[in-house]
Amino acid sequence: MTTKPRTLYQKIWDAHVVDTRADGTCLIYIDRHLVHEVTSPQAFESLRAAGRPVRRPDLTLAVPDHNLPTTARKDAEGNILPIADSESATQLAALRRNAPEFGIRYIDSVDVEQGIVHVIGPEQGFSLPGATIVCGDSHTACHGGLGALAFGIGTSEVEHVLATQTLLLKQSKSMEVRVEGKLGPWVTPKDVILHIIGVIGTAGGTGYVIEYRGNVFEEMSVEGRLTVCNMSIEGGARAGLVAPDETTFEYLKGRPYTPVGEDWDKAVAWWKSLATDAGAKFDKSISIRAEDIQPTVTWGTSPEDTAPIGGAVPAPEDFADASKREAVKVSLDYMGLTPGTRLTDVEVENVFIGSCTNSRIEDIRAACEVLRGRHKADNVKWAIVVPGSGLVKAQAEAEGLDKIVIEAGLEWREPGCSACLAMNPDKVPPGERCASTSNRNFTGRQGPGSRTHLMSPAMAAAAAVTGRLTDVRELVG
Amino acid sequence: MEPISHVAGRAIPFGRKNVDTDVIIPAHWLKTITREGLGKGAFEAVRKEPGNVFTDPECAGAPILIAGDNFGCGSSREHAAWALLDMGITCVIAPSFSDIFSGNAFKNGILTVALPQEAVDRLMEVAKTDPIDIDLETQSVTTPFQDRFTFEIDAFRKHCLLEGLDEVGLTMAQGDAISTHEAHARKELPFLARTFASVD
Ligand code: SF4
Repeated sequence: MTTKPRTLYQKIWDAHVVDTRADGTCLIYIDRHLVHEVTSPQAFESLRAAGRPVRRPDLTLAVPDHNLPTTARKDAEGNILPIADSESATQLAALRRNAPEFGIRYIDSVDVEQGIVHVIGPEQGFSLPGATIVCGDSHTACHGGLGALAFGIGTSEVEHVLATQTLLLKQSKSMEVRVEGKLGPWVTPKDVILHIIGVIGTAGGTGYVIEYRGNVFEEMSVEGRLTVCNMSIEGGARAGLVAPDETTFEYLKGRPYTPVGEDWDKAVAWWKSLATDAGAKFDKSISIRAEDIQPTVTWGTSPEDTAPIGGAVPAPEDFADASKREAVKVSLDYMGLTPGTRLTDVEVENVFIGSCTNSRIEDIRAACEVLRGRHKADNVKWAIVVPGSGLVKAQAEAEGLDKIVIEAGLEWREPGCSACLAMNPDKVPPGERCASTSNRNFTGRQGPGSRTHLMSPAMAAAAAVTGRLTDVRELVG
Repeated sequence: MEPISHVAGRAIPFGRKNVDTDVIIPAHWLKTITREGLGKGAFEAVRKEPGNVFTDPECAGAPILIAGDNFGCGSSREHAAWALLDMGITCVIAPSFSDIFSGNAFKNGILTVALPQEAVDRLMEVAKTDPIDIDLETQSVTTPFQDRFTFEIDAFRKHCLLEGLDEVGLTMAQGDAISTHEAHARKELPFLARTFASVD
């Protein structure tokens, strides 16, 4: 055994190597595999054609999320309503058929446990610290908030994991992003990660796995850590991690799939041993002062196009790099923004509070803190709150948060990916703006021609109230 | 996967640079559940351009596609490889490919051949009227006019393509090593080795 100090990433990696090839490629064991309806049908099709079984159906969990409408799923008599979009219906039906055929646990669209894969994994205790977790979705990095090595894969890899419970991988480099100090009021985990991406750029993490370190992450809730790790991919990194600690153990204890009894004690002992050793070397280190982070929004069509809410829309000439100048020109044109416009003068017609980045109970509580006793502005035509899972929805309703949402003039929906990628009927109309708590502001992401401004749930709620991008601190005080 | 050692026939002289996966197969084709039938959506927008090579009867059923630099850039969708395969294309020749695309092509048994621009230009000329021949064994591309270009390919990929081995099959052959790891994990990391589903 090596005695060299190791990082958290290195320790998880080492514990999962099945085989190492001459060129350094490793066969890595996968502990948990989450499956949804979009990236799995062709993988199951290939297995069926080759007569191959799923190696570890017990380590696999399937749930529909991307295509599901977020309107009522049952009629008044309790009958399941059909799905209007025939292609969505076909993908959903394929998962419902494939999961039992291959012996995989399946959560159905009308079960209370249903939700976005990256919300239900941690919520069910299916995702665990120190585990390798994969899913055919690029925001799988989310589960790194528990201290798991989690990343997105393509359909061929989904098939590979189903058949062999392993993946062929080359080890990434390691990067530490340290945030230390004290976050100001209303500066949330979403603001922290948007700020980080603004600093490192969308390619800053390419080739790396990021470990988020420092007192800001230590003091953050698990929900917040999941939000931060979720967007690691937007900074180019394959995965993001926060070391598991007492907060993590507290969060996991007693969840449906979490170890119990002696296994729990063993697990906690091992999880504690995973922390990066003193003296372990990172290939790259970034350090940010918490005091420098403001409530942050995006103005362009790349997640690195961030600015503090008090700022203004930049001009292409503000950027040193020629290709970035060109990209900014194109993106401002798409976004319909003029350089120099104050961000708080930008009006929004749509508000989306949801997605695997920000649809957990804390996110809904934060939005409701702003919405309570207030009402959405008249120019806001469409504003929806989409809880990340049926359990989040139930919890929120038990706390009366659904009423606050509805009284504020917003819609309270069923769980799913929704307007994060607009594969279901929830779309932002062409040319219109959306204050969105999701993770991607790409061209057309929320529907063809849609204009997305990414921000935290509290900031999105504030935008709903005023009808424009708003500094939540000024609205709420 | 079908083994490929030799691809011969007409080539579609497309030649365009920076062809992204959205051009190869537009996003609205992604809501499918099978790999089959995507050929109909392949190069959908290009096919609408007057005089395009894809609807040229000369190119019907051609097994080879010739393109410009950086073929397959953009989103990582594997549907791009499936669409080409469904069109009947088993070899793409270009000066360079996006990494993700060439990985996806390989996994689906499509040979990607990277050649210098001059060689690609010459093959574009030939393709207008005559067939092209690619031999994976000797790593060479030849024409009826005595042209001969050699290309590089990763030895492992070459082996897999020649034998028709897919990655899943290869890893399944390492089943014993995986079982050994699982047995070790059951002892050392029992909390990861299984799930504790009190829900079912
Ligand atoms: S909410 Fe958005 S990012 Fe998250 S899994 Fe769904 S589509 Fe992907």
